[in-house]
Amino acid sequence: MLPPRPVRRSRRWRGPAPRGPPPPFSVQKNKRKVSHVTAADTRAAGPPVPVPRAPEGTGAAPVPATGIPDSRPKKRKKGELLPYLLILPALVAIAAVYAFPLAKTVIMSFQDMGRKELWTGESPPWVGFEQFTNILGDGEFWSVTGRTVVFMAACVTLTMAVGLLLALLMTRLTTWVRLVLTAALVAAWSMPLMVAASIFRWLSDSDYGLINTLIAKVAGEDFLGHNWFLDPKQGFAIISLLVIWGAVPFVVITLYAALTQVPRELEEAASLDGANAPAVFRFVTWPVIRPVFTMVATLSVIWDFNVFGQIWLLRGNKPEPEYETLGLYSFSKAFESTSFSQGTAIALITVLLLSGVAVYYLRQLMKTGEVE
Amino acid sequence: MSTSTAPSPAGGRQDLRQAPKQELRPDRRRTRRHYDVIGLVTAVVMAFPVYWLVVSSLRPNHEIRSYDQTLWPSSLTFDNFARAVKQENFATAVQSSLIVSVTAVVGGMVIATLAALAIGRFRFFGRKALLMVLILVQMLPPTAMLIPIYAQLNAIGGLDEYWGLIVVYLVSTLPFAIVMIRGFVVNIPVELEESAMVDGCTRMGAFRRVIFPLLAPGLAAASIFALVNAWNEYLFAYILINDNSKYTLNVWLMTFTTERGTDYGALMAASTLIALPVVVFFMFIQKKMAAGLTSGAVKG
Repeated sequence: MLPPRPVRRSRRWRGPAPRGPPPPFSVQKNKRKVSHVTAADTRAAGPPVPVPRAPEGTGAAPVPATGIPDSRPKKRKKGELLPYLLILPALVAIAAVYAFPLAKTVIMSFQDMGRKELWTGESPPWVGFEQFTNILGDGEFWSVTGRTVVFMAACVTLTMAVGLLLALLMTRLTTWVRLVLTAALVAAWSMPLMVAASIFRWLSDSDYGLINTLIAKVAGEDFLGHNWFLDPKQGFAIISLLVIWGAVPFVVITLYAALTQVPRELEEAASLDGANAPAVFRFVTWPVIRPVFTMVATLSVIWDFNVFGQIWLLRGNKPEPEYETLGLYSFSKAFESTSFSQGTAIALITVLLLSGVAVYYLRQLMKTGEVE
Repeated sequence: MSTSTAPSPAGGRQDLRQAPKQELRPDRRRTRRHYDVIGLVTAVVMAFPVYWLVVSSLRPNHEIRSYDQTLWPSSLTFDNFARAVKQENFATAVQSSLIVSVTAVVGGMVIATLAALAIGRFRFFGRKALLMVLILVQMLPPTAMLIPIYAQLNAIGGLDEYWGLIVVYLVSTLPFAIVMIRGFVVNIPVELEESAMVDGCTRMGAFRRVIFPLLAPGLAAASIFALVNAWNEYLFAYILINDNSKYTLNVWLMTFTTERGTDYGALMAASTLIALPVVVFFMFIQKKMAAGLTSGAVKG
């Protein structure tokens, strides 16, 4: 009499495992798979499951159970050189291509390097803060900065809003529809930027572009020959479309992964208790996905602030001044006006502007235990 | 994959499907159908540019240069591909892209694996700082790097040379490759390595016989990822290489636009050719990318 009941119950509740609860991570392959696909998300999504931190500095106790306790870094042996040897090539490489140029950016910003110094190899004269005073006193710089911020804010807001809505939609779809949508998202995501920009340039072509044809047909207006890029507002609309189209897949797939971590029982309990859909989202779903959402939003801020290629390519490698964002402004100062120092000074200001966001991002990562 | 996460909606749906049909109330079923319709429409919108790319590359040229664009081509032709392939420097561009990206990825993976082993296996002074640096450098705006690198390569004669580009690509794969491979290293139990050493392996032997085979999937994912990134890069390639015969594919793509206008048919065909390997590779690693990106592993 007794045995059948547990069996039946387990059959009804079984989700992933065919027979009862699986042995916890006993199979090597299984273990790696589990922590690989979802480790970042589970951990990031895990206010309910706090990640135990390694006690800093004590070194005595090994890291307690995180699911992968034994493979955590070993206690440091004094004078062990091996790790340093192992990271040496990476350090040298990163120093050469990241640290050195960054240092050079700083140095060049206080010099005046133009075409002559570039080709003759003469050391450029020091000019102190002149580049910065010139740039900050230039009205164009401020309008470019304003444009960059507005463009970034618009792109991030739209990307995150559309991304969140689509991710929520994904959880409510029939399986095959969800697979179709995922395939479409991955197809969009995998387009190289160069290719994506070519497609959008073709779609918005003034003579034969599909957008104009469709508008002409649907609205009956004479849109053939309409040049979208004459008016920077319309031009930026097309550019934002490209940026958002390219960014949404990543946001949706990541947020969807986070949404699968929301305990369904909690949502059901909340709606049984009389919470309507917005309330369930606000009080049950949102708290779980918030860390991932913040992370993705922060990354989007940085990426969209640095948008370069989309504008550059849609404007045929020579963006008009009205299309310049900070990156392009710095680029054109350096390579069009061959005032390399002006370019680096603007780039340096951009780095400083973004450093706040970067630090915030890093703190978020540390909170979720990703930088352990 | 969804089976590995316990409370996934897929599990919940399974329950619904197993339950008798009446349990899904008619109004619920209608709501779900509404959602499905919205989902399909979204899929069409997201996939449309890709569809348009493929269709434009396959339709005859007189349809491309037409004021009446149709959503469906009247006939299919490979003329555009023929024109694209015949475009000057196609072969050299393929060659350049392959040389540069493959060399950069192979070199990058060796260096990244060493560093990832160090970070994943040892607790050493500066380890955390190194991780932070790896994440932070990925956020630097490209122009902040481009100008000084251009000036420096110019000074030491590295412009117009493959090696200049290779070095840049190699190093730019490092930050995310290290973080990504480290994720795999952390999940290989130390005991495996230790027991191999107890059984008489040297440290190198233990790595080669035990760690490396377990690391292979991670390395594959990281190198595909790096390969796709290097394959897609165009800005540094455009600035650092001026010699037409050394253009990479992405820079070569720009030659379809001349003062006389753009040959969109051929451009779309060429774009399809460039995107094809990326799409194939992408299908393999898409899941890992999502996880890797949130952990700050990749620059976008």
